Amino acid sequence: MIEIKNIFKSFSGRNVLNDISFTFETGKTNMIIGESGSGKTTLLKCMVGLNEIDSGQILYDGRSFTDLNFMEKKEVRKEIGMLFQGGALFDSKTVEENVTFPISMFTNMSESEKRDRANFCLQRVNLNNANKLYPSEISGGMKKRVAIARAIAVQPKYLFCDEPNSGLDPKTSIVIDNLIKEITEEYNITTVVITHDMNSVIEIGDNIMFIYKGNKHWEGSKHEILKTHDQEVCDFVYATKFMKDLKTKF
Amino acid sequence: MKVFYHFGRYFILIKRAFGKPEKISIYIDRIFEEMNILGVGSLGIVAIISIFMGAVITIQSAFNFESPLIPLYAVGVAVRDSMILEFSPAIVSLILAGKVGSSIASEIGTMRVSEQIDALEIMGINSAGYLIFPKIIASVLFNPILVVFSMFLGILGGYVFGLMSGVVSDYEYIYGITYGFRPYNVMYALVKAGVFAFIIASVPAYHGYYTSGGALEVGRSSTKGVVYSSVLILAFDLILTQLLLV
Repeated sequence: MIEIKNIFKSFSGRNVLNDISFTFETGKTNMIIGESGSGKTTLLKCMVGLNEIDSGQILYDGRSFTDLNFMEKKEVRKEIGMLFQGGALFDSKTVEENVTFPISMFTNMSESEKRDRANFCLQRVNLNNANKLYPSEISGGMKKRVAIARAIAVQPKYLFCDEPNSGLDPKTSIVIDNLIKEITEEYNITTVVITHDMNSVIEIGDNIMFIYKGNKHWEGSKHEILKTHDQEVCDFVYATKFMKDLKTKF
Repeated sequence: MKVFYHFGRYFILIKRAFGKPEKISIYIDRIFEEMNILGVGSLGIVAIISIFMGAVITIQSAFNFESPLIPLYAVGVAVRDSMILEFSPAIVSLILAGKVGSSIASEIGTMRVSEQIDALEIMGINSAGYLIFPKIIASVLFNPILVVFSMFLGILGGYVFGLMSGVVSDYEYIYGITYGFRPYNVMYALVKAGVFAFIIASVPAYHGYYTSGGALEVGRSSTKGVVYSSVLILAFDLILTQLLLV
């Protein structure tokens, strides 16, 4: 479980995050949604320590991440898997080398054990026969799947996904969303997904936090978000004609 | 004041780069990998430039030593000392600052803007150590080898082209390159090569590591890395010459 309490963050005097608190539950797909520029990615970067927060607390299963020293933070980070928006795969390494990289760094497995683990993770994300390809030789959807395989290679306790289906077609998006959901439940990990794709929210969102202009504006489940009358949430959820039609229909 | 800011940030980065490695065996592999990319990959350009520079110095020296009071073996002395004292350590390093420096800055800069460095940090890996430390060590270990290689080829190039053009005889050239030879000069060149290698690897790495933005900024970082490392090489060339030769 990850808890964030009263998070404040500003850049050059401009407040980006204001007093945000939320609990991200274990075994659930926790989603942070909001418009572009609302502070979603900044919040995620603060949670994993890529950005320093101005004040507040981030607790990983009770461990206050903000109060840990550099080495202790590194230990917590070893329990984190992250799926970046662009995949962030290492260009100079093949698909298999990308997946074995964290295993090589943090375990003493033999070469064959590492290969077996990488193959297992790649098969788990339904990616076969791509081991020897380089990131430049695979599609966007495949890159995301490799990034998920790399993230789960060392069995993380926490999985962060920054817009996992941006730039993907609707069919591949659903595949990636379902994969995240399955992995979350299968390994009982705490998953945090940033998105502004309402299909993803409806498909896999267990707990949802809506951020509006740097503030936590609303929280609830995927069923509640469809019934809410909050103006800002409704403007976001029913932004497309399709969603508006759906609302009037039901 | 910005100079102090960059100095401070540079030294903090270097301190981080020399921090405790996560796994020594992986870092050793990375050093050999970088030696291959940065060092072995530069052998060709160093060889071509050194041979031609040796040849040009030979012909120019012979052309300028018109006085009958200057013996022709002085051509060999001029080629040897030019190559050992200045050309091989300093000019080769300047060329490498362009070739290797731009490659380091753009590689690390691209990794920064495509979030690969963030990915390393999230995994709990010291990204500065993993990316920069092997490059510095590989460069410091391999640059002296390139410099000795350049000295040898420069003097050989001078010999071959000197004979082919007929400006100097076989005996005079060989007598010249052995005349009054001071082994200390080679040591001086190797010390310079080591210091320049550190600059060539670390300064562009610094500019690449702190790239922010997109492809345009990667290009700018690469240019800055080459310019600043070249200026620092020239400055340290002067400082080391004053300290070690005078």
